[in-house]
Amino acid sequence: MATAAAHQTARTQPHTGQDGGAGADEAYARVFDATVAADERIEPRDWMPDAYRATLVRQIAQHAHSEIIGMQPEANWITRAPSLRRKAILMAKVQDEAGHGLYLYSAAETLGASREELLDKLHSGRQKYSSIFNYPTLTWADVGAIGWLVDGAAITNQVPLCRCSYGPYARAMVRVCKEESFHQRQGYELLLALSRGTPEQHAMAQDAVDRWWWPSLMMFGPPDDESAHSAQSMAWKIKRHSNDELRRRFVDICVPQAASLGLTLPDPDLKWNEERGHHDFGAIDWTEFKEVLKGNGPCNEQRITQRRRAHDEGAWVRDAAAAYAAKHSSGTEVEQA
Amino acid sequence: MTTTTHTHSAALALGDDALVLSHRLGEWMGHAPVLEEEVALANIALDLLGQARILLSMAGDEDELAYLREERAFRNLQLVEQPNGDFAHTIVRQLYFSTYQHLMYARLASVEGPFAGLAAKAVKEVAYHRDHAEQWTLRLGDGTEESHERMQRACTALWRFTGEMFAPLDGLDLDRSELESAWLESVRSMLERAGLAVPEGSRTGAWSAGAGREGLHTESFGRMLAEMQHLHRSHPGASW
Repeated sequence: MATAAAHQTARTQPHTGQDGGAGADEAYARVFDATVAADERIEPRDWMPDAYRATLVRQIAQHAHSEIIGMQPEANWITRAPSLRRKAILMAKVQDEAGHGLYLYSAAETLGASREELLDKLHSGRQKYSSIFNYPTLTWADVGAIGWLVDGAAITNQVPLCRCSYGPYARAMVRVCKEESFHQRQGYELLLALSRGTPEQHAMAQDAVDRWWWPSLMMFGPPDDESAHSAQSMAWKIKRHSNDELRRRFVDICVPQAASLGLTLPDPDLKWNEERGHHDFGAIDWTEFKEVLKGNGPCNEQRITQRRRAHDEGAWVRDAAAAYAAKHSSGTEVEQA
Repeated sequence: MTTTTHTHSAALALGDDALVLSHRLGEWMGHAPVLEEEVALANIALDLLGQARILLSMAGDEDELAYLREERAFRNLQLVEQPNGDFAHTIVRQLYFSTYQHLMYARLASVEGPFAGLAAKAVKEVAYHRDHAEQWTLRLGDGTEESHERMQRACTALWRFTGEMFAPLDGLDLDRSELESAWLESVRSMLERAGLAVPEGSRTGAWSAGAGREGLHTESFGRMLAEMQHLHRSHPGASW
């Protein structure tokens, strides 16, 4: 295996590269394959297969979109948080999510996409975001359930991405995961306070877990035999584990946590399987999953409408910033969206 | 004892300002014109909430004070309870208030007193808030025709709430007229730099000079409190 430094020269394709031809491409492809096989990182200026680039743009953009849309269900409770401490925690969390969106759009931009173009695809429904954010936050306990289960599932998915073959994405994931684990613990702690609180608070916590458990399991995507992109993503080391494998891992983590929370998980078939060394669990309603993905979930319309409205109503602000920047080009740097 | 009572009433007033404005900024989350502003507005809201928690704790129990007082017992300025409106209204409200807060905390930090510690911490935060508001005042005031118009409208609409910042406040030992002229000078020069006309109207409402400090608020405030307090009030005695 060649050293990283040797790859660096060999695999870098000049942007102006007209030389090429099929032979050169094959040589680049060999270097790409060797880099991936050696568990080294592909960087923005390296040659990469078009399909690898396209898959990453799609995945990173959808990840970024999920952070941005994911602000809504939680922001729904900022103005109603029941104590100032909880309000501060929730605001900090939603702020972190906007920050994660920014890291991820930057990572996608290293692949030649622009934030504006990606947002446009989100707004027009041509790119998706995580199906989980199409569920409503009906009570305060939902904020805790999202922290514990939704962020927990996200972390289970994202920790392996810290070793993803594409460097900018892997590095973004390192930062995102640190903050996510903090949120997850806060969500758990919120639920614990409710679970140990008054009977009404306990019931509120249980109801939230009952509603968020199955949608959280769906976050790992379709079962392995129906997952369209899995095999290729695993070969490229974008993905490190299969959907079902990560889902199993998540269930095994959650069961003892639910027990120490004093809450139950809404699955009568959930039990430890000594032989497999994992929990068995009930069947996921894939029809619901597909409906939500198609846009027929409880909040799909509402989420995208709010996002579009924020963008449209902010157009004059972005125009003003751009006009000001153009007039004062030597002045302060401003956003030119 | 009287000193303590006075300190409490000043802490309550300043704490309510920070609490209420933080809440209003929290309403922006998920609605900002660019992602960078989602981050910035949340950041400012969090700073203010942090200040509110310290100040309210000086006056009593923070949650009891935030969640169990009724509208007439709140001592915040009417300026900070004004609805967000468009982004220009939010920015002008920030400009007027953060300029006041920055001047005030800089002065409180420089003398001994019950607020010196808080002021030393807060002055750094509000310097950032003020810078944020000033940068946007320039961009919007000197941006497009539309942004200029919106800014001008916001400057004028909120002008009449700016006088109450300089009404006497029990327990706060500051030269108010000096503070007021420093504020006027700063805001005027900022508006001029942004190409905006300094509003000419009165700086107090027809009936409401300093009224927020007396617990007389504007109509939208009660609705804001209803939303803020509902869950806490629905579970008396619960801890969260």
